[in-house]
Amino acid sequence: MTIPQQHYREAFERQRDQLPGAGVPWITRMRSRAMTAFQQKLFPDTRVESWKYTDLRSLDRHVFAPATATVRLTDLPDLTPWLFDGAPMHRLVFVDGRFTPELHPFQPLLTGVTLSSLAEILNAHPEQLEHVLGETLAPERPGFDAMNTAFLEDGAFIRLERDAVLEQPVHLLFISTGQRDSMTTVRNVIQAAPGSAATVIESWVALNDVACMSNSITEIRLDEGAALEHYKLELEGAAATHIGGTYVRQYRDSRLVSHSIALGGRLVRNELQVDLDGAGAECALNGLTVTQGRQHVDNNTRIDHRQPHATSNEWYRGILADRSRTVFSGRIVVHPDAQRTRAQQSNHSLLLSRDAEADARPQFEIHADDVQCAHGCTVGELDADALFYLRSRALDEAAARSLLVYAFAADVLERMRLEPVRHYLERKLAGRLSGDNRLPREVSPH
Amino acid sequence: MNAMLTIEDLRVAVEDKPILKGIDLTINAGEVHAIMGPNGSGKSTFAQVLAGRDQYAVTHGRIDYDGQDLLALPPEERARAGIFLAFQYPVEIPGVSNVYLLKTAVNALRKHRGEPELDAMDFLTLVQQRMALVQIDEDLLYRSVNAGFSGGEKKRNEILQMLMLEPRLAILDETDSGLDIDALQIVASGVNSLRNKDRAFLVVTHYQRLLNYIKPDYVHVLAGGRLVKSGGPELAQELEQRGYGWLQEQAGAAP
Repeated sequence: MTIPQQHYREAFERQRDQLPGAGVPWITRMRSRAMTAFQQKLFPDTRVESWKYTDLRSLDRHVFAPATATVRLTDLPDLTPWLFDGAPMHRLVFVDGRFTPELHPFQPLLTGVTLSSLAEILNAHPEQLEHVLGETLAPERPGFDAMNTAFLEDGAFIRLERDAVLEQPVHLLFISTGQRDSMTTVRNVIQAAPGSAATVIESWVALNDVACMSNSITEIRLDEGAALEHYKLELEGAAATHIGGTYVRQYRDSRLVSHSIALGGRLVRNELQVDLDGAGAECALNGLTVTQGRQHVDNNTRIDHRQPHATSNEWYRGILADRSRTVFSGRIVVHPDAQRTRAQQSNHSLLLSRDAEADARPQFEIHADDVQCAHGCTVGELDADALFYLRSRALDEAAARSLLVYAFAADVLERMRLEPVRHYLERKLAGRLSGDNRLPREVSPH
Repeated sequence: MNAMLTIEDLRVAVEDKPILKGIDLTINAGEVHAIMGPNGSGKSTFAQVLAGRDQYAVTHGRIDYDGQDLLALPPEERARAGIFLAFQYPVEIPGVSNVYLLKTAVNALRKHRGEPELDAMDFLTLVQQRMALVQIDEDLLYRSVNAGFSGGEKKRNEILQMLMLEPRLAILDETDSGLDIDALQIVASGVNSLRNKDRAFLVVTHYQRLLNYIKPDYVHVLAGGRLVKSGGPELAQELEQRGYGWLQEQAGAAP
């Protein structure tokens, strides 16, 4: 057993009796199996195909342990900057991965909707999760998924009963207080019964730039005709590692719109897997990464078309400055029964520096014959013609550059239906580009 | 009277290949000059160099604009000093609305002149008035700059920008190409509405047609990187009848 393996084994042994659901046999078995799988190799190396461009050896310099110190609520700063201009939302706030109800009072929900801390359900009503937790995960999958199952502490549980429609979005705010080498392990479960609809925002923020790790999985199940718009905003500190997995299973005529935005973090991996397991299901996956310094962001997406008449659209864009790197892997598998599949993927990267690097790997695997699949992929610099055009219209070079970069990102941001979230990101982006966080509203076409 | 623009022995190369081989030209306020010439003679290069395109290397010569060394100024400062280039191929900029670009450009010029920025209402009034002159639909304001515009809409959009920016020296680079006769008249009347004694125009064109609507004071023929002949408006008529071949032969025969 290597030293890190031993460390994580000890941490697990220390923690296991305090983790939620301790003493519940199926949970104990699940955690033990996961721990065994995780122990085999800990983190994947670059010989594993899907990790080819993301080298995790830097993680070996840290031994992450669950955050221990309890943060006093009075030590937390004002949350207002993270609340999307006060737009009305249902909200669950997690500090270092643990639900902290004191930070935001519950608002009354509609009937037919459950919104709760996952730990609370694991402790009080574990039977509700017995055939739900891990449903969308590949069984016995090693690495971060196994680590997540072994150590999972908390997260959100959202269940929508048949035809329940949540008007207000649900905001899951994850605040890292930045304890050195701490790890937070979060699992969100979203279950949407037939005909239900909701919008869920996950935002990941940090109080400082200390090295720590968040490992988060969101499991989503959309039954017949259900609709979900899901936002994931990675805005953690400059030394943070974030390993995220969003695993979605969709049934007949369900609709998913996913927005995955990464502006923060030092090393970020977002896996997004969508299983279209019903005729007429649709998913739209939007992604934007904006990186600088030595940031590394790896988006790994996979869409499985298993049934006929399903549609997937994927738009990912990256803007890279300094020595940052991004990876986009987009795998689309059209299974033999999935006739009349429509799948479209695009991935465009804008390099603002000669030292930045974007790797793109579109992969189509098509086993049906009556399908429409298309993909487009570019990596390039700012358009010199456009730059000259703007400067000839009296914009100085810096303003012209910012405007073009902003416009490049707007293509993704414009697909967001929630205006307060879009505006929040537009301001963040404008601030990053020009140091001035107010670009006028009319910059984008309507 | 001091000239507005004085060009002396301008030589320009692209990737070490000489394109302009010594241009001399003087333009005074109030004048309209036409540059005509066959394809590949360097007309567009000339227009873009005046506006500050840096992919062309000026290897020799100088340009004086209102007492300033024009070649030392970046494109945005030339624009602020009153130079405007209507592009032969207006650039599409997805994600930036036409109205934003217009407003930003107008206010950059106003700021340069020490004037207050226009507020939203004044700006809208002005832009609507100018749009009427070039017959552009208001919805083009709220679309991305030139993206998906027809050829004629792009050219009219260039003229709209010109009307908004009210340049002292306007350079029109083949603004007539690809326009039908109606659009050509609209563009020409937009240009003519700006003509006055303080303003000068440099109209670059392959065909004499545009010059029926925008009457030049001087016509110059650019061939093989040099101005091989200059004259009055009648020169344009002569070119229309005789083509460029005879001038190119003359230019080829010159030392």
